[in-house]
Amino acid sequence: MYPASFEYHAPASLDEALSLLERYGDEGRVLAGGQSLIPLMKLRFASPRALVDINRIEGLDGVEEVDGGLAIGALVRHKDCERSELLRGRFGVLGDAAPQISDPIVRNLGTVAGSLAHADPQGDWGSALLATGAEVEARSEGGTRVIPLDQFFQGPFTTALEPGEMVTSVRVPDPGPRAAGTYLKLERKVGDYATVGVAVHVSFDNGAVGKAGIALTGVGPSNLRASEAEAALAGAELDDDAIRSAGELAAQAADPRDDVRGSAEYKRNVVRIFVERGLRKAAGREEA
Amino acid sequence: MTQVAPSEQAVVTRPLTVTVNGESRSADVETRLLLVHFLRQTLGLTGTHVGCDTTNCGACTVLLDGTPVKSCTVFAVQAEGRELTTVEGLAGADGLHPMQKAFHEEHGLQCGFCTPGMMLAATAFLAENPDPNEEEIRWALSGNVCRCTGYVNIVKAVQAAAAELREEGR
Repeated sequence: MYPASFEYHAPASLDEALSLLERYGDEGRVLAGGQSLIPLMKLRFASPRALVDINRIEGLDGVEEVDGGLAIGALVRHKDCERSELLRGRFGVLGDAAPQISDPIVRNLGTVAGSLAHADPQGDWGSALLATGAEVEARSEGGTRVIPLDQFFQGPFTTALEPGEMVTSVRVPDPGPRAAGTYLKLERKVGDYATVGVAVHVSFDNGAVGKAGIALTGVGPSNLRASEAEAALAGAELDDDAIRSAGELAAQAADPRDDVRGSAEYKRNVVRIFVERGLRKAAGREEA
Repeated sequence: MTQVAPSEQAVVTRPLTVTVNGESRSADVETRLLLVHFLRQTLGLTGTHVGCDTTNCGACTVLLDGTPVKSCTVFAVQAEGRELTTVEGLAGADGLHPMQKAFHEEHGLQCGFCTPGMMLAATAFLAENPDPNEEEIRWALSGNVCRCTGYVNIVKAVQAAAAELREEGR
């Protein structure tokens, strides 16, 4: 399969990249890991006039702790997340999601920021990062803006990015000194989309839940937040009743369909069980 | 009158220089040329196979600066100035690489189509984890598909190669 022809630029600086993106407008695309874009181009679902390859730009490949939260640069690969010590503990939802993205070889190239910009409604990072309340830093020649992830995703494969803009960093807010979480994924085989994915991210305050983030993959037209379950958990003691009730609420929030991966009823049940398991793990009671 | 194809953008080519198996290679390539086709067609290195052409099977796995990538999902121009290792580069002057020897001796292949990708992925994995258990090996090779269902012997081969590489201190 051959993509359509395109102009190729590999700028050495972010300024140069932004200037190229400005020049091409909606006919230019950023090439980072390429693990979603190149397949799309091979299928001719995408035929950009120009690719701006950002892989030679320095300073975009770091995961850093910033004000108790995280900044994940535009060139941070899934594999970097798998290996990063920073994505454990309080940010366990991210560290646990990383090794479940696609397969080990794809993870060597694919990037977190690229996954978000691709906005696949069944993406794993979408849920894991929604659960953390992450924001996207987008830059263009005109300046920088910060977009909350739930506004960044505007629909399947559609984001709030304007022509000329690129994601430069993903910002994960400080969940406070005590937080835990996990990402649970049921997949038929390595590399498949999630039959069901559940992201759980909980911060604790005086032994009770401070804030809870729960997001679902594969059971709706996009990554879904289980807002009612989140609200019910806020301020609650993370006991069996609270956990069971959150599982029920999240299962109700799911909007699954029957497909080759399973029936809607089955998927709804998996959501309930995964939310319970994830919360028990976050509470430190049991390995998920 | 012949049917006119939907308008294509003009063909764009670029000079490309990469190091392949230790040797500098240059060519003018179309920007849209996939790395696997550059290796197979431009350079004639047909040890790298095209399996699924959809980023699933791993038959086209090569090492880019030592890291396994699926060469059907990388443009050749992205490799400018970088080092590539293909299966042709595994063997040294003293014969087969321990990974090749192990695949041979443990019968880690049936039809052999997935083998170059398997061996390159496994070689890079052992450089990172020289003494893996079976589960770690299976996990590390989960991006490489064998349609002959030969995984049992593939795992054995990687274990044998790991033992030999540890002995050699490589």
